[in-house]
Amino acid sequence: MTTTTTTTTTTTTAPRASKLHLDADLVARARGLAAQAGEPIVDLARRHTTVSVERATLRLAGLAGADPEGTPWANRLLDVVRADLGDDALPHGVALPVWDALARGEADDLATLAAKASAGSVRFRLPAGADAARARTAATEAVAVGVARMDARRTERDHLVATVGDAPRQPWIYLIVATGDIYEDIPQAQQAAREGADVIAVIRSTGQSLLDFVPEGATREGFAGTYATQENFRLMRAALDETGHELGRYIRLTNYASGLCMPEIAVLAGLERLDMMLNDSMYGILFRDINPVRTFVDQRFSRQVHARAGIIINTGEDNYLTTADAIEAAHTVTTSQLLNEYFAREAGLEDWQLGLGHAFEIDPAVPDSFRLELAHALLARELFPTAPLKWMPPTRHMTGDIFRGYLLDGFFNLAGALTGQGILLVGMMTEAVVTPWLSDRDLALQNVRYVMEAAGSLHEDFHPAPDGVIATRARHVLGESMDLLGRIVDHDGTGSGGGLLAAIADGTFGLMKRPAEAGRGLDGVAETAPGYCNPARELLETAPTPTATATSTSTTGTGAEA
Amino acid sequence: MSIVRPYGDTTGDGMVQLSFTLPVPHSKVAEGAAAQLATKMGLDAVLVAHSRPMGPDFTFFVVYGRTHHLVDTDAVEVVERDFPLLTPKEANAAVKESLQRRLVVVGACIGTDAHTVGIDAILNIKGFAGEKGLEYYRELRTVNLGAQVSVPELVARAQEEQADAVLVSQVVTQRDAHLLNTREMSAAFREAYPEERRPLLVVGGPRFDESMAAELGVDRVFARGTTPGEVASFLVHRLARTDAAGRDDQESPA
Repeated sequence: MTTTTTTTTTTTTAPRASKLHLDADLVARARGLAAQAGEPIVDLARRHTTVSVERATLRLAGLAGADPEGTPWANRLLDVVRADLGDDALPHGVALPVWDALARGEADDLATLAAKASAGSVRFRLPAGADAARARTAATEAVAVGVARMDARRTERDHLVATVGDAPRQPWIYLIVATGDIYEDIPQAQQAAREGADVIAVIRSTGQSLLDFVPEGATREGFAGTYATQENFRLMRAALDETGHELGRYIRLTNYASGLCMPEIAVLAGLERLDMMLNDSMYGILFRDINPVRTFVDQRFSRQVHARAGIIINTGEDNYLTTADAIEAAHTVTTSQLLNEYFAREAGLEDWQLGLGHAFEIDPAVPDSFRLELAHALLARELFPTAPLKWMPPTRHMTGDIFRGYLLDGFFNLAGALTGQGILLVGMMTEAVVTPWLSDRDLALQNVRYVMEAAGSLHEDFHPAPDGVIATRARHVLGESMDLLGRIVDHDGTGSGGGLLAAIADGTFGLMKRPAEAGRGLDGVAETAPGYCNPARELLETAPTPTATATSTSTTGTGAEA
Repeated sequence: MSIVRPYGDTTGDGMVQLSFTLPVPHSKVAEGAAAQLATKMGLDAVLVAHSRPMGPDFTFFVVYGRTHHLVDTDAVEVVERDFPLLTPKEANAAVKESLQRRLVVVGACIGTDAHTVGIDAILNIKGFAGEKGLEYYRELRTVNLGAQVSVPELVARAQEEQADAVLVSQVVTQRDAHLLNTREMSAAFREAYPEERRPLLVVGGPRFDESMAAELGVDRVFARGTTPGEVASFLVHRLARTDAAGRDDQESPA
């Protein structure tokens, strides 16, 4: 094991008085139900592996690059190992056959081995006895180098935040760029930071989530977004570091650890010092029809990576509200937040890393819609008092009427200020019309700035009446959420994965039925065998406990702390 | 009266308001440039009501002015959709009433095309442009075969699933691959099915011309910007026509 200076984060634990008068026992019971639903899934994830987890392990060990056709060497190498070992390959993990081949002198390094393997000049075998022990030791050493590099990037982030400066206030202002061309994204992102963005998200090309490989190199062509590649990460990170120095505040970079390659993308994010990653426990299953087992296995690994790399995850609850009514489905957001919290903590993420999502999506034509939005947002705030909640702007009820849209975004910003949100994704009045123009972004930031300056501390004065519409509604949603969690737990969960897997299969979440034996990426899932070896999983499972030598990157306190 | 002018606060005043950005630093020159642009656009009595720097290199303007252009509403030409737009609820009701079973839709990207953007936008629940995909419709059963599906595979799967409609998306247009693939697909379906039992063939993609349906041997071509609701409405219109649905052409899906 490497010696690493792992940093920790001390969150301020200033007691917040409940504004909604939530019953603490009830909240504890809700968490208990989420844990009950989640435990069988964690158990399932521990007992399986996937092609992407194995490729992520190769990447941590330093395997990068692609063949002349653009297929990453990580894919090439794993494919040959699977071809040679057949059904034995995945259950035992890629590490043993690969480091066994290196130990046998088939190649000097991973990249050469991958190239020779794709040319057909290496035969892989499953080593046993002393050979297996030798391969295991070598693999662990190689992977530990990658883990140490992620640790170093985390230390570097803490150092930069401490020396360059942090975002001036909460919520952090989160802006999106999405040109499809990394060289076009960079100046746009730098300009957005100069205009006030604390966080830049580079939207991914549509469809990348369903690619079973991570594209390679700097890319200039994407559909409604830019491919997530290691080189694109590196280029944008360098550009934002430069702008951060110029502005005197560290600019955070966000991408997406989702889809079929989420473990690999999580690793690349850790290696290239990305700061936040979209990473939801069930999004891929429900919205991309990715196999549930594949998703939960990949999820757990990617969350362990994020935990280690000091990355804040953003969960995807806003998606529930873009496909269902925001009032009727409000409790599904709470349910998902509770599940996401359980899975995140289990994987080692700390509360300051939980950017649990929710959104301002109630139909503005509904009477009292703003009060209901406040109820839902405040419920999330009170259930997860130290998590930097991710507050998503209206999209569903944005129309071509940009003037009305601007007003709606103003109310969205006000709700964010009143309920102490941690990360505010800036809404665009042209949401339903065009990809944001320069002027749209400027106007949107003026909107945010006005609301934050005029009412940024209004939450101090905001105490909804205990029996008023807001508090009553929030308690009602919590109750509905507990009913749903109860139904999940009570589901016939005799199979592995328990009630949650059964509930996902029969359409408990929306109308989407996602059985465990269907969906994309299923052929890349295997139950692990007794001799399974994956040093990355072992190293991440035994993450060192945070030491006291750390600088703080708290996102929930009221200011920077030393 | 078919001749009209914009209305500000008085009939015939011709007043319009517009906003735009010029790539020039904020200055008197910039304001003059904005006024000049508005004048060239056919406005007079131009008022640059607002100008604001956006960074060192750009300026944003709000401009008011009077246009002298007249609009003849009789001379407006509109391409009308030849089927009514239905909400998901109406589409479901129409299918339920006329078919009394779920309508089966099989979709794929054929040939070497790996771009599932289009087919996913139409079929997956996530949808597109604020509309949910066909998967969301209770009375539609969708089978999304994904990318790089061969034509024989598509035909076989359509038969197996007893498809009522087959949706094909083509994004790549190198050497007219989208047209060749579509023709191959429609020929294969015509060979495999008697005409009256053939599933409805629908093709879509950013480079298709909507008027080419007959030439390509398909029932409908959808171009860039087509939403799931439009596709669903078309399928229902052709496969599940009833009196119960579709009389109201005003309501569009939210």
